[in-house]
Amino acid sequence: METVALSDISLTIYKGEFVAIMGPSGSGKSTLMHILGALDQPTSGKYILDGETVEKLTEDELADIRNRKIGFVFQAYNLLPRTTALDNVMLPMSYAGVSDQEQKDRALRFLELVGLQDRVHHSSNQLSGGQQQRVAIARALVMDPAILLADEATGNISSAQADEIMGIFQKLNDKGHTIIMITHEPDIAHFAKRIIYIKDGKIGEDILNKEQKKI
Amino acid sequence: MNIFKLIITSYRNLAVNKLRTGLAVLGIIIGIGSVIALVSLGQASQQAVQSQIQSLGSNLLTVSPGSQTSGGVRGAAGGRTTLTYDDAKAIESSSKITTVKQVSPVYSSRGQVIAGKSNTNTQIYGVTANYASVRQITLASGSFITARDVASNTKVAVLGPTVVDDLFDGNTNIIGQEIRISGQSFKIIGITSSKGGSGMTNQDDMIFVPLSTAQKQLFGVKYLSSIYLEAKSSDVMIRAQNQVGYLLLSRHKISSPASADFTIMSQQDILNTVSQVSGTFTALLSGVAAISLLVGGIGIMNIMLVTVTERTREIGLRKALGAKKKVIIMQFLIESVILTFTGGLIGIIFGVGGFYVYTKIASSTFVISLSSVFLAFAVSTGIGIIFGWYPARKAASLQPIEALRYE
Repeated sequence: METVALSDISLTIYKGEFVAIMGPSGSGKSTLMHILGALDQPTSGKYILDGETVEKLTEDELADIRNRKIGFVFQAYNLLPRTTALDNVMLPMSYAGVSDQEQKDRALRFLELVGLQDRVHHSSNQLSGGQQQRVAIARALVMDPAILLADEATGNISSAQADEIMGIFQKLNDKGHTIIMITHEPDIAHFAKRIIYIKDGKIGEDILNKEQKKI
Repeated sequence: MNIFKLIITSYRNLAVNKLRTGLAVLGIIIGIGSVIALVSLGQASQQAVQSQIQSLGSNLLTVSPGSQTSGGVRGAAGGRTTLTYDDAKAIESSSKITTVKQVSPVYSSRGQVIAGKSNTNTQIYGVTANYASVRQITLASGSFITARDVASNTKVAVLGPTVVDDLFDGNTNIIGQEIRISGQSFKIIGITSSKGGSGMTNQDDMIFVPLSTAQKQLFGVKYLSSIYLEAKSSDVMIRAQNQVGYLLLSRHKISSPASADFTIMSQQDILNTVSQVSGTFTALLSGVAAISLLVGGIGIMNIMLVTVTERTREIGLRKALGAKKKVIIMQFLIESVILTFTGGLIGIIFGVGGFYVYTKIASSTFVISLSSVFLAFAVSTGIGIIFGWYPARKAASLQPIEALRYE
């Protein structure tokens, strides 16, 4: 018997939106995130990302889509251990064949954007949780992706640091970045402009958040 | 992602687990080291034997009684008495033989030799006058057996330097003294100069007496142990072999060369046989060493599999960020090649060093063929690729979702 994680999902997210996807565990929000992140493909249906249909692609083609169109921010930061903040941020560009000098310039620019200009040469295990997550955000942004996809990005850090991260997201959103955030915390979801509730594999509610919290 | 960066990344990853990396490399060091040391050893001993055989004389053909075993047909067991002095004289005088310069019939057997209170057991060679020039024997003092000695069965002897050592404690001032061979007394007329060699191939542990004296007075035989022939040049060796072969076949009334009761071997034939034997020996040793190299390779594969499992999350992350399969494969292959290449490098140093120490102890020549060193590099790199391939494939085919979730 097949397990159906998601069914009958019809959803459009426009450029420049700041969306939070909420739902209890087992609701299918992780599967939705995997599809949005081109980590997985739906068994049926279509996913169009920034004009490109993500459908029946090979592993390498998916890797290419993830590289160019999606910036991931994970709950566990997932930085390379024993590697400097700078090298971590340069990593996605190295897979895209960006020249060494440009990799460095761009990485420095985005590290400055997340406020880590004085931590550039610290290795990842010398940074606090909040700092590591900021490095991860810089890494997610360097390829100028169509969407920034955050999966429980504040799950592992203190609430003060979480507010800091949300502040960065709102600042990025103000500059026009599209942000999709998966979370189960209502507090965090309220930083977004639009909140989508997933329940039993279907969209429960899709509301505009009129009381967006601002940092 | 450029290769230089991959190498640096791989090196950093390997440096994290220094002990583990070191132990994995050790397997390759031992494997490559023993291959290099043993192959060099085999080659050196082969060369030593070859140069000894070459020093026996060039353009030399040896006629021995007894048939060849080739074709599975062996001559009669008593066939070792088929060569006679008349055969030798016929070769010398036949008008059909145009390619042989000198003929030297030999009868040899072991005998007990006594001088005063010393005695030794050595090889007694009954020879004719031209043995010295055919076998390139030079004299340290005195003179060699002459044609007159052979004609008149004189009891004279020429001693090899080892025999002089054994009987006279190395005192070479012994020309004119007497020794007793099988109870008969012989006058020493000369001492040969040393040709070197040891064990079976010792060319210094022998005594020369006139052929006729050896056959009639010492051993009471009518046949020869061998006839040495010196061909006119190295170009006519095969023709000489054929000419002598057919003459002897007709003299022995044998119709087919396959059933010949003698064998004619050139130095090249003997060389080939010896090379074959020592080649087999070398191959055997190398085989054992290659097995240890294989075990080392399996060690590398094991470590790489552990590494892939440990770094599942990292692989997942890299794939999520856009690393293609090829990049992941390359990264892990480079890691395993760094391991085996380093192992190969150190192994070569140890192997060459070990062989050098051996040559110093055994006072043999130190020769390392460059080709075996290059081969060792190629093999160690190849082992890295072969044994790194499966773990690298495994890493590259991890699903990013699963890999990111892996605890």
